[in-house]
Amino acid sequence: MILTALCLSFLVFFLTNLPPNLEKVAKYEGNSRMTDEEVAGWLEKNGFNQALIVRYSEWLGVLPGWTREDANGRLEAGRCFAPGDDPETAPAFCGILQGEWGVSRVFREDVSSIIATRLGLTGKMMLWVMILMVPSALIVGVLAGMREGSRTDRTLSTFSIATTATPEYVSGVILVAVFASSAFGLKWFKGTATSAMDNATFENFFLPVLTIALYGMGYIARMTRASMAEVMTAQYIRTARLKGVSFPNIVMKHALRNALIAPFTVIMLQFPWLLNGVVIVETLFNYKGFGWALVQAAGNNDIDLLLGISVVSVFVVLITQLISDIGYVYLNPRIRIS
Amino acid sequence: MEPLTWTGVLGPVLNPILMAGVAVLILSILASIVLSFVPSGAVAQGDGTLAARRTPADWARLVMQGALWLILAVILIYLGGGIVIPGIENKGIIGALSARFLPVWIALIVTFALSIAFKRRLGLYGKLFDNPIGMAGFGLVMFWIFTALSVGLFDWIVTHDPLTAVSGMKNKVPGTPLNGAGAGDYPYYLLGGDNLARDVFSRMVAGSFVVIRIAPLATLFAFMVGITLGLPAGYIGGRLDTFLSFLANLILAFPVILLFYLLVTPEIVQTGIPSFLAVVLFLFPIVFLVVLFNARFFTEPVKRNTVVAVILVTLGWAYLSLISQPGTPVSFMPAALDLFDIPGGILVVFVSVVFVNAPTVFRIVRGLVMDIKTRDYVAAAQTRGEGPWYIMLWEILPNARGPLIVDFCLRIGYTTILLGTLGFFGLGLPPDSPDWGTTINAGRKLLSIYPHPAIAPALALLSLVLGLNLMADGLREESLKD
Repeated sequence: MILTALCLSFLVFFLTNLPPNLEKVAKYEGNSRMTDEEVAGWLEKNGFNQALIVRYSEWLGVLPGWTREDANGRLEAGRCFAPGDDPETAPAFCGILQGEWGVSRVFREDVSSIIATRLGLTGKMMLWVMILMVPSALIVGVLAGMREGSRTDRTLSTFSIATTATPEYVSGVILVAVFASSAFGLKWFKGTATSAMDNATFENFFLPVLTIALYGMGYIARMTRASMAEVMTAQYIRTARLKGVSFPNIVMKHALRNALIAPFTVIMLQFPWLLNGVVIVETLFNYKGFGWALVQAAGNNDIDLLLGISVVSVFVVLITQLISDIGYVYLNPRIRIS
Repeated sequence: MEPLTWTGVLGPVLNPILMAGVAVLILSILASIVLSFVPSGAVAQGDGTLAARRTPADWARLVMQGALWLILAVILIYLGGGIVIPGIENKGIIGALSARFLPVWIALIVTFALSIAFKRRLGLYGKLFDNPIGMAGFGLVMFWIFTALSVGLFDWIVTHDPLTAVSGMKNKVPGTPLNGAGAGDYPYYLLGGDNLARDVFSRMVAGSFVVIRIAPLATLFAFMVGITLGLPAGYIGGRLDTFLSFLANLILAFPVILLFYLLVTPEIVQTGIPSFLAVVLFLFPIVFLVVLFNARFFTEPVKRNTVVAVILVTLGWAYLSLISQPGTPVSFMPAALDLFDIPGGILVVFVSVVFVNAPTVFRIVRGLVMDIKTRDYVAAAQTRGEGPWYIMLWEILPNARGPLIVDFCLRIGYTTILLGTLGFFGLGLPPDSPDWGTTINAGRKLLSIYPHPAIAPALALLSLVLGLNLMADGLREESLKD
């Protein structure tokens, strides 16, 4: 897992530090009409001409940061301190291992503080997505899998196929057009969620949450349906039925707990996909969260911010995989005991 | 000229019927939900059998079915009427659209008639026609394929040029007459104009050609890569498997959008990384086919040599002219030998879509192979002394085809979604390209005032992906039956 994270961050580092990208950074920081020599000089002054692996280690914090001496041999600037600071008090190492995430070139702010606030906003959205998505997906799945092949099953299965076939940018556009535009006359909700960042109400927050939830829901519902249908054919269900236990009782007490083991792992593994949806929905509804920051960072080649974001998102993915493994063992008594 | 109405001359007669049908449908659905909680009264008879009478819930369900058929019939009359009734003014928007799609309707009817007539002789494809859901999905998919072909090859369905703007048509609602239409022009913007005064309908239809050109081919390449790597990983296992699985998991742990942003920006294209990726990824189909036939005809050297030579020469030439693009770092072919050049953005988009899809296919193939390699027929082939590649490609792969075909359908849908995502973020394809993602992106800025430029491509994409998903579901159900 650590190896995966290292490889991935190096890959992002490599791709963002290719010569054309660095040239863009130099022109962004200096001015857009710099000559090639000026660009090369700027890059040299700011420590970009060291070997890629050295700069990556500096960013990681296993090698001391670069420094620059002025004509008198005094330390003038370096990776770990700004031109005005006292070089003596500055630490030699400053990478993410020391907790220094660098400074965003677009927002002129510490990457760690940007990520903290943006992640908080996205977390709020994800919380509501989960509250909406998980129960409704489980209900749909259980109802469909309860009586396999029945009319309810067919209707609900088609419904869940339809939701998985609708990417967020399509359902978002349709929902906004129907419920928030003047053309249909139903102005029930707001088409943007910018105001929901400080003050989330049902009116401005429901559409983005629904858009993400719909896409994820179909998949979970199908998994639940499959697992429920399998459990309903098991021997112990037939025994319970022959004993004369009523059908609602069988579903609630005997089948449900066993049928929910598989969907749990699926829900955890959905996180990477939800991350994808978050980026689209935050762009569509102009909600300035984590995904929006990703788009801004990638669009402007903001190296430090982009690295920070990819490290965080890769860790989110890896941790959810770990949780799903642990949770599976915890939920499934057959594995727990052996 | 008057703007078109949605339903033309049929509207005053049929609209009230349609409304009534919808109202009855909603009421009967509600009624059947409520009534389904009432227990059904089955009566035990003297001879031990049960007799049941029609309950109110059953009646509600019958009414529901009737209303559904009524609505379908009205819609069919609208579509058919559009073809028969003379004069665009009388057809209405729906009728005129249906008339534009006439070649597609004919092709669809012919396909369905032939397939249903010979369905017993067509294997798995024929079985699709036993399944109503699969049939509906197949219909949707074929609709878009025929549309794309008639637009791309014959220029039939489009009413205007998808890239030209007409002054005075900016953001006009569906059915607006064309401003200053000449004699040869189609006199209406059927689905309105977008924010640059282009025809929404023509752009939507032309966009289908972009999608149909890229999505199935990209999926096929992803499958070639995934199969070529997944077979040895699953069959041989060991270090190779560990290494390849690590690589696949590495790519899978990346958020897709971040990967796209890193791969498809103009700066990266300048460095040539997508071109080098193309060099690697496009090599896999050749490797796959060569190994496939080499393993098959290994015992007949003459035949083997001819087949392999033919593949190498034809595909090798296509490969070389495919990867060699003037203006990128990989450009070495003289123009006389270069068969074709793929326009700028498309190659990059194609490569990144293949790159994202291949690891998932790899994992599926690897899992299937690990399951199948314990079977008896594999052991028999090993005892016969067959080579590992023969066993992988001619014993294991044909037996893994069922799940792979189903996944292929699903994955084309997923690729279509990815293409839309790329367009939605304005990556890769040129900004005036008519593909659906780009059009949705352009339309979303004025969504709350003029929703029609974004809704038309959104519904198109939705119907294609839905069709692919339904078809995959039908195929899965039918292949599980035997």
